[in-house]
Amino acid sequence: MSNEKNSGNWWIWKVFWILLGLTTFEVALGIIKPDFLVNTQFLGTKLLNHVFIILTLIKAGYIVLVFMHLGFEENSLKWTILIPAFVLVPYLLFIVLTEGNHAFNALMM
Amino acid sequence: MADSLIQNDINSPAWKGGDVPYKASYGKLMMWFFLITDTLTFSAFLTGYGFSRFKFKDIWPVPEDVFTHFPFLHGDHPLLFVALMTFILIMSSVTMVLAVNYGHKMQKNKVILWLSFTIIGGIMFLSSQAWEWGHFIHGDAGAIEMKYANESGSSEIVHVVKDGSIYSIYDIMDAKSHDGTHHEFAIEDFKEKFSFEKELGLRLSNKTFKNHSESVSYLDQHASRVLLGADLKKNEYGHVLFADYFFFITGFHGFHVFSGVILLIILLINTIKGTYEKRGHYEMVEKIGLYWHFVDLVWVFVFTFFYLV
Repeated sequence: MSNEKNSGNWWIWKVFWILLGLTTFEVALGIIKPDFLVNTQFLGTKLLNHVFIILTLIKAGYIVLVFMHLGFEENSLKWTILIPAFVLVPYLLFIVLTEGNHAFNALMM
Repeated sequence: MADSLIQNDINSPAWKGGDVPYKASYGKLMMWFFLITDTLTFSAFLTGYGFSRFKFKDIWPVPEDVFTHFPFLHGDHPLLFVALMTFILIMSSVTMVLAVNYGHKMQKNKVILWLSFTIIGGIMFLSSQAWEWGHFIHGDAGAIEMKYANESGSSEIVHVVKDGSIYSIYDIMDAKSHDGTHHEFAIEDFKEKFSFEKELGLRLSNKTFKNHSESVSYLDQHASRVLLGADLKKNEYGHVLFADYFFFITGFHGFHVFSGVILLIILLINTIKGTYEKRGHYEMVEKIGLYWHFVDLVWVFVFTFFYLV
């Protein structure tokens, strides 16, 4: 278990500022839309979208590992919870989005 | 501390209830298992949204054309209102951790204080969502529905544009969008007024533009009705599936927030009554806290995939 728990609340506020900063950064990017990020295509979508997704995953990591305390649980519990999400969600995304692309191409024919 | 809640004797043999491999109490474990299933449910919804968006990628509405308004402010403010909603939810997550933290220290009054803030945050979020829904349903600039179906199989939706950006049909019809009355515009009236204003053009759902003279003959040939607002069967912003997913995903998430607020209120009442003080621990705050953070977590993804990407 963490000993952070008994040493005040500073770690809660630290995570708060990180989450707030990342969200502000995302919104700023969404409004400004830097040309370089919008016009560069990577893996079938704009580079900007990859930046958004990476920032979102970082935010999700902080929420799950610190706020939900999963980072301080036993490893067995941690992986029992994370592995289904890590395996099933990317798999689902991969097959369904690939299929969506095929459906688009079929409509265009 | 959660560890002290585990009643089993960890020295008794395995498979006789003695081992506690996860070192977590029954209640916390079950909350986590529920959250895994809920994760997969939300993943399925958002992936479904992704499928439709990929399938209709050239005619899908651009989210930042849709969510551009902020209460009491005029003009376009894309993303600002959802950013505020995100901030409210993150803030309420912070107050929730503080409540859990003071629960560990058995400080009843601090738990009551921070739980109350969390409830206020939840209610503020729900109110914001109600405003967002109201605005989405009422509609913004309006659009024209065509008689023919585009390649998606549903009716083509076109927007009126002026200098490349969407122009409100209310302005063409000399009406006010938010005057408290329900408007309906006849397509013939619209076509007539449109034909007089030479600087207006049309934008098709595949984001191609028509100039004024092209637009007039196009409208004469194909226009079927003026669309105002959105529901499950029509959507002035574009493809009707966009509205369906909007209502379904944000609605399902909003229902989670609503349930969370109810749970928090029960939690607050029990804390005030001293239930957890008597029980000797505040684990219930921790369990409901897990659920509340999960709701925040889902919103982080909805925010990205519905509003940003």
